[in-house]
Amino acid sequence: MTVLLALAIGVLYAAGTYLLLRRSAVRVVFGLALLGHAANLLVFTAGRLVREGPPIVPPGALAPPTPSADPLPQALVLTAIVIGFGVQAFALVLLRRACQEAGTDDVDAMREERP
Amino acid sequence: MNVLLVLPLLVPLATAVAGILLLRVPRAARAASALGAAGLLAASIALLSATLDGTILVTQAGAWPAPFGITLVADRFAAAMVVVGAVLLAAVVASSVRGLDAARERAGFHPLVHALAMGVSGAFLTGDLFNLYVWFEVMLMSSFVLVSLGGEREQLTGGLRYVVLNLVSSALFLAGAGLLYGTVGTLNMADAAVALRAMPAQGTTSVVAALFLLAFGIKAAAFPLFFWLPASYHTPPMPIAALFAGLLTKVGVYALVRTGTLVFDRDRAFTDPLLLAVAALTMVTGVLGAMAQTDVRKVLSFHIVSQIGYMLMGLGLGTRLALAGTVFYVLHHIVVKGNLFLVAGVIRRVGGSFSLDRLGGLLTRSPLLAAAFLVPALSLAGLPPLSGFWAKYLLVRAGLEAGHGAIVGVALAVSLLTLFSMTKIWAEAFWKPAPEGSDPAPLGAGERLSLLGPVLALGAVTVAIGLGAGVLFRFADAAAAQLLEPGLYVRAVLGARGGGG
Repeated sequence: MTVLLALAIGVLYAAGTYLLLRRSAVRVVFGLALLGHAANLLVFTAGRLVREGPPIVPPGALAPPTPSADPLPQALVLTAIVIGFGVQAFALVLLRRACQEAGTDDVDAMREERP
Repeated sequence: MNVLLVLPLLVPLATAVAGILLLRVPRAARAASALGAAGLLAASIALLSATLDGTILVTQAGAWPAPFGITLVADRFAAAMVVVGAVLLAAVVASSVRGLDAARERAGFHPLVHALAMGVSGAFLTGDLFNLYVWFEVMLMSSFVLVSLGGEREQLTGGLRYVVLNLVSSALFLAGAGLLYGTVGTLNMADAAVALRAMPAQGTTSVVAALFLLAFGIKAAAFPLFFWLPASYHTPPMPIAALFAGLLTKVGVYALVRTGTLVFDRDRAFTDPLLLAVAALTMVTGVLGAMAQTDVRKVLSFHIVSQIGYMLMGLGLGTRLALAGTVFYVLHHIVVKGNLFLVAGVIRRVGGSFSLDRLGGLLTRSPLLAAAFLVPALSLAGLPPLSGFWAKYLLVRAGLEAGHGAIVGVALAVSLLTLFSMTKIWAEAFWKPAPEGSDPAPLGAGERLSLLGPVLALGAVTVAIGLGAGVLFRFADAAAAQLLEPGLYVRAVLGARGGGG
């Protein structure tokens, strides 16, 4: 499972980086989304994967059974997903307005300033 | 629960909420905003005075004991950063009364700057790396909206660059935090510092350190990661740009100093030469970029980059004197740089343009403005007795003591070029006779108060720092001593458990 997720993270990072290097601003913003997902999955995977071991202390015991899943990375990822959602929504709106105003989505053409 | 640590977060939050509720009543919103800025200033001064004797204030949010909950920490450096941030916020709010158009004010300028201030204070005060990420996002989200507020074409395309590069930095930061958690099982900075010291050196920790260096390097606009800054900082109105220029990159520098001295202080043999090289290149590329520009805003934007190099130089040298120099530099720079952008706004108002080609004759038109420009400009270049001279003097002396002649040479040469660049603005905008056909109305009484008042007040702070440099130096030295003694921080956060750290 870890290997599979590691591969997925690698593919997401590669695709995200590739899109970030495109001239089309739309692709750049999509690349950002992929990078965000890659980072989320990385946090999730780096926190160690434990299947079918809920971190719940059984009655009478003082600690959860080992091995049990670590809930913290999941909480972190959840926070990061929510933040990422908001930020990407904003980036998309900004992208749309910028493309409308500039009349192009070419990052290089956008830079040319009109007098 | 130490209320002093929480107030710098709660006051801006309450002000932002009030600002949103009062969005349709601009006068009341403005009053609430001014009140909030004054409140933040008072709260931050109270916080600073509680840390002056070397106490490290700690609060565990929700009374969850330290590595499990979120910790707020204030040592001398953090508290001083909050104070200077509050000073700049107050100046920006004051100058926005006349320096910002009514449409942008109605669109939510006041709640946004206070949300930004909350993010900045949070980033200075947190003792947890994931929490730092969250505060960064709070700060970024407000800055994203502020940079594009008004929706002019330049702002939108510049804003897009700003957003993209900062999101890349956030993604790298998040990845670094995730890997750190996977390695040491904690994100509390003090706890991570203890855990990393107890571990044999390994590849993963170096990767994590490199990711943090990269993420904060983008935020701090260090070479070669600074290109987003000159692409976007000149686009928003000057009160907004002043807040960005003064504060945002310095949060990146602060995070570099904090993590560099507390968490990742083991790989210094590797990171120090790297930081010094980056510092030198940042200084040189920044100042060369500035010399090529003829737009006041762009000249000033490139100088932010160049100045970041000096702050990194102190961190890279790593001695107590050098770190004191960095602390001194950051504190002085926030005031001076914010001030210069506010002055640029007044130049635009009085001279009718930001372009040096179309400006002129401002010395005769407004001698007060000329004085208001000269103080921060000469301080930036490092002329005695202004604050910038002492900041550079500390770094140069620390560099010579540590035997790094090359970086000292670069620092001195760059400071000469900074002076050249500032005299260019002086000669073009102030000395040169006014070009034909430019005759905007002179400043009214209200504008004098709102536009020149904050500028002169910040200038007075610069002069005061320069004349009373000994006081600030002793403080910076004490702050540096605290930074170089991570055990103090660890014990304050973790209690007896971290005693060995």
